[in-house]
Amino acid sequence: MFEVVAFYLFSFLTIGMFSITVMTNNALYALSSLAAGMIFISAFFFLLDADFLGVVQIVVYTGAIMALYAFGMMFFDYSKEIKEKVNNPRLAFVLTGMTALLIVIMFTIPVIGESAQKGLYPIHESYGNIQDIGLVLFTKYLIPFEVAAVMLLVAMIGGIILAGKKMDISYSEMSEEDIGIYEKELAEIAKDKK
Amino acid sequence: MSLNEYLILSGIIFSLGLIGVLRRKNLLMLFFATEIMLNAVNIGMVAISKFHGDLTGQIFAFFIIAVAASEVAVGLGLLILLYKRKNTVNLDSIASMKG
Amino acid sequence: METYLYIALFAPLLGSLVAALFAQRPKLLFTGIFTSLMIGVSMIASLNLLYFVMTSDQIVHVFMMDWIHIGNLDIHFGFVADQISVTMMVVVTIVSTMVHIHSIGYMDKDKSFNRYFSYLSAFVFSMMVLVMSDNFAGLFIGWEGVGLCSWLLIGFWYQKQDQEIVDDVKKSPFSTLSPYSSISPSYAANEAFLTNRVADLGMLIGLFLIYWNLGTLEYSDVFEHINTLSTGLIVLIASCLFIGAMGKSAQFPFNQWLANAMEGPTPVSALIHAATMVTAGVYLVIRANDIFVAVPEVGYVIACLGAFVAMGAALMALVATNIKKIIAFSTLSQLGYMFVAAGLGAYWVALFHLAMHAFFKSVLFLGAGNVMHACDNEINIKNMGGLHKYMKSTSIIMTIASVALAGIFPLSGFFSKDLILEVAFGTQHYILWTVLWITAGLTAFYSFRLVMYVFHGEENFKKFGYHPHETYPYVIAAMVPLVVLAMVAGFTKGVFVEMITKQLPVLDIHVNATTFWVLVVLTLGIALGGIALAFFKHQKDGSYFSAQMKETFVYKLLANQYYMPLIIEKLILKPYLFISKASWKIDMHVVDEIVDGIARTVYSTGEKSTGAQNANLSKSLLSMALGLVFFIVLGAIYSFAK
Repeated sequence: MFEVVAFYLFSFLTIGMFSITVMTNNALYALSSLAAGMIFISAFFFLLDADFLGVVQIVVYTGAIMALYAFGMMFFDYSKEIKEKVNNPRLAFVLTGMTALLIVIMFTIPVIGESAQKGLYPIHESYGNIQDIGLVLFTKYLIPFEVAAVMLLVAMIGGIILAGKKMDISYSEMSEEDIGIYEKELAEIAKDKK
Repeated sequence: MSLNEYLILSGIIFSLGLIGVLRRKNLLMLFFATEIMLNAVNIGMVAISKFHGDLTGQIFAFFIIAVAASEVAVGLGLLILLYKRKNTVNLDSIASMKG
Repeated sequence: METYLYIALFAPLLGSLVAALFAQRPKLLFTGIFTSLMIGVSMIASLNLLYFVMTSDQIVHVFMMDWIHIGNLDIHFGFVADQISVTMMVVVTIVSTMVHIHSIGYMDKDKSFNRYFSYLSAFVFSMMVLVMSDNFAGLFIGWEGVGLCSWLLIGFWYQKQDQEIVDDVKKSPFSTLSPYSSISPSYAANEAFLTNRVADLGMLIGLFLIYWNLGTLEYSDVFEHINTLSTGLIVLIASCLFIGAMGKSAQFPFNQWLANAMEGPTPVSALIHAATMVTAGVYLVIRANDIFVAVPEVGYVIACLGAFVAMGAALMALVATNIKKIIAFSTLSQLGYMFVAAGLGAYWVALFHLAMHAFFKSVLFLGAGNVMHACDNEINIKNMGGLHKYMKSTSIIMTIASVALAGIFPLSGFFSKDLILEVAFGTQHYILWTVLWITAGLTAFYSFRLVMYVFHGEENFKKFGYHPHETYPYVIAAMVPLVVLAMVAGFTKGVFVEMITKQLPVLDIHVNATTFWVLVVLTLGIALGGIALAFFKHQKDGSYFSAQMKETFVYKLLANQYYMPLIIEKLILKPYLFISKASWKIDMHVVDEIVDGIARTVYSTGEKSTGAQNANLSKSLLSMALGLVFFIVLGAIYSFAK
């Protein structure tokens, strides 16, 4: 009983939030509703007894990724609303049609779904979810884990290099006068550009 | 609750993300829609994992979260570079090939 | 013996190839001598083979090599020297040798001397292939080869311009009274080749029918099994083969090209249009006698057609003034005789007449060549006259040949022509006999009309400033063997019959003795009468047709060759040109349009598809999503269908 209520409540909320993300013209609204949606999705995870994932969802998605997006938005000028010129009105019809088709199919597919392969890594109710995941992650999925770690490292470095300023000059290694001269040059270059 | 409801939910959220991807002309909004799609898939994975009693789905969802995080980092970096070059992030404006 | 066969076959080819090496150079006497030598070698080999076949009753049959060997189709190059082929070989090589030697003198001052000899020897080679082949496919190769060489030789002076077609009967190139033989040498060559080609279609259909029904093209197999086919089919095959023979031997309606072929050099006419190519049709009918024997109705039609042509050509020769055309019509007429004999079943008679005719007709042409050269290439017999004084040898030779042509005992023409008349009478075809009998008289008349006009009477050539002189002695020497053969060859009939009836059916005519002698007397009578009429009318009047006779419709009809060239041009050529032009338009607008349309479609789809690469991320994502939906739907249908 409790599950049914929770499920339907959270599903409506999630769908509502994501609809706002997709349909609104205001960037801030989109961002906020996306963050809210993420939190509601973690509710689903808790409902499904995936405690670890639920927590990770809140921490990583809502905490880190939304923060990144918020920082990214600071670069762009959103004083005016996003004007999205719809080049092709017919596009809306195509999209609607496609979505309807997909939904119909989605409703019918489970009726004919086949059974998947069972029991590679069965859930042990007695351990608790976090221990269970830890066991499988660090034994069977060790290599993908390490590779994911390397990938995160690379992404971090890439992000820094892409978005950062030029790094061939290090302020901490220059004396005060040199920093002053360097800053004057930068200002003149900026003036010339304008 | 049975598996079917969760999968239908996952499908609905996925198509919402799809609509966003197709409709949005601002690159940042495009990223938002991509995030929605990834999350929808996560829901599906975990639901299957629960109803089949298997941990594979949860581990997979875990890795998807990791990948999404790095994708956001790199994507935003590129987006900033693009903005510095073209001063706009509208998709129609940055299309420079003559089709 | 096989060596002799190969020598006889390939010596002319060797001569032709060697002469061809010098084709672009100015005159080199060596080519003429070498080619004549090669043909002479071939002649000796053929005579050896003749002796062998006659004395030992065997035939020489060689298999040279495989040609086509695909599935059930098996055609090879094989040659046979049996009684029929060896007769033809001897005739062809003797006449060719004499013609080659004569040409050395005739083409003395021509600048394409070497090319001429190359073509002439190539022609002899093709003719040898034709007569020596042991299957229909080889025959057809030789057939086409002689057609090609004839085209090359008739159009030898292809640089001459076309004449205009005018209405004046004295000047129109279509009339026999004009100073031109036809519109131009290239026109005549094309006409000859195309007419032959059209007739060859009939022959090809006949060959296809033979192969389709009997599975083989070899003479021995075909003739053995021909009676297993239904009569209707044999009639069809025989008719188709005869259509091919009609083209080569210029029977009606394919006869226009022979008179116009006089545009070529005269020795060419002597060789091709007297002795060899035109007799290829007769050879075909004789060779395929097993087929024609099975369907005597077709033979009767052939005989009627032959008689018709014989009479028609003789009538045209009565009024012609072009020296070569008269002799050409005479050839046409004698070919008609041969076909009458073949049609009525007397095949060896036709072959015998073929051989006799080759000798005296070729020497008539060679003599005409001498006369033309003496009078600076004049071809109107009315502009000559009284040449006997200046060209004694030629005059005597031509007179003897004309007597042989008229069929007077004891020259060869008598034996062969009389035999044909006897065959016609003996098989109770009295109308045919009458037609042939009248034609014999006409033949005698116009041959001596020619002799009278050219060699006796007033010396009209003085008006034109010609200085006639006899030609080189070796040219006369070349003509002498032919005229000797024309005189004495008739006496070889007995030996010939004995040899040839081993291969051909025996003559089965029974005419009782008195009827036989009556016929002989009648024939001799009309021939002598014709000669006498020609002789005395010329002595009395100097010409044969009075001015008012020249105005009559009949005279005009004959002078214009029954208006046949005009009819062919208006009825056949003009509509065909129209159809060709219409087809060209269809080809341009339909066929080319289809091809261009495909190309244009490809281009335009390419151009329109470049729109898919416009770097718009939104559009790319849209296509991705559409693909995704498509595959989901596909998957759903698939799983539902299961």
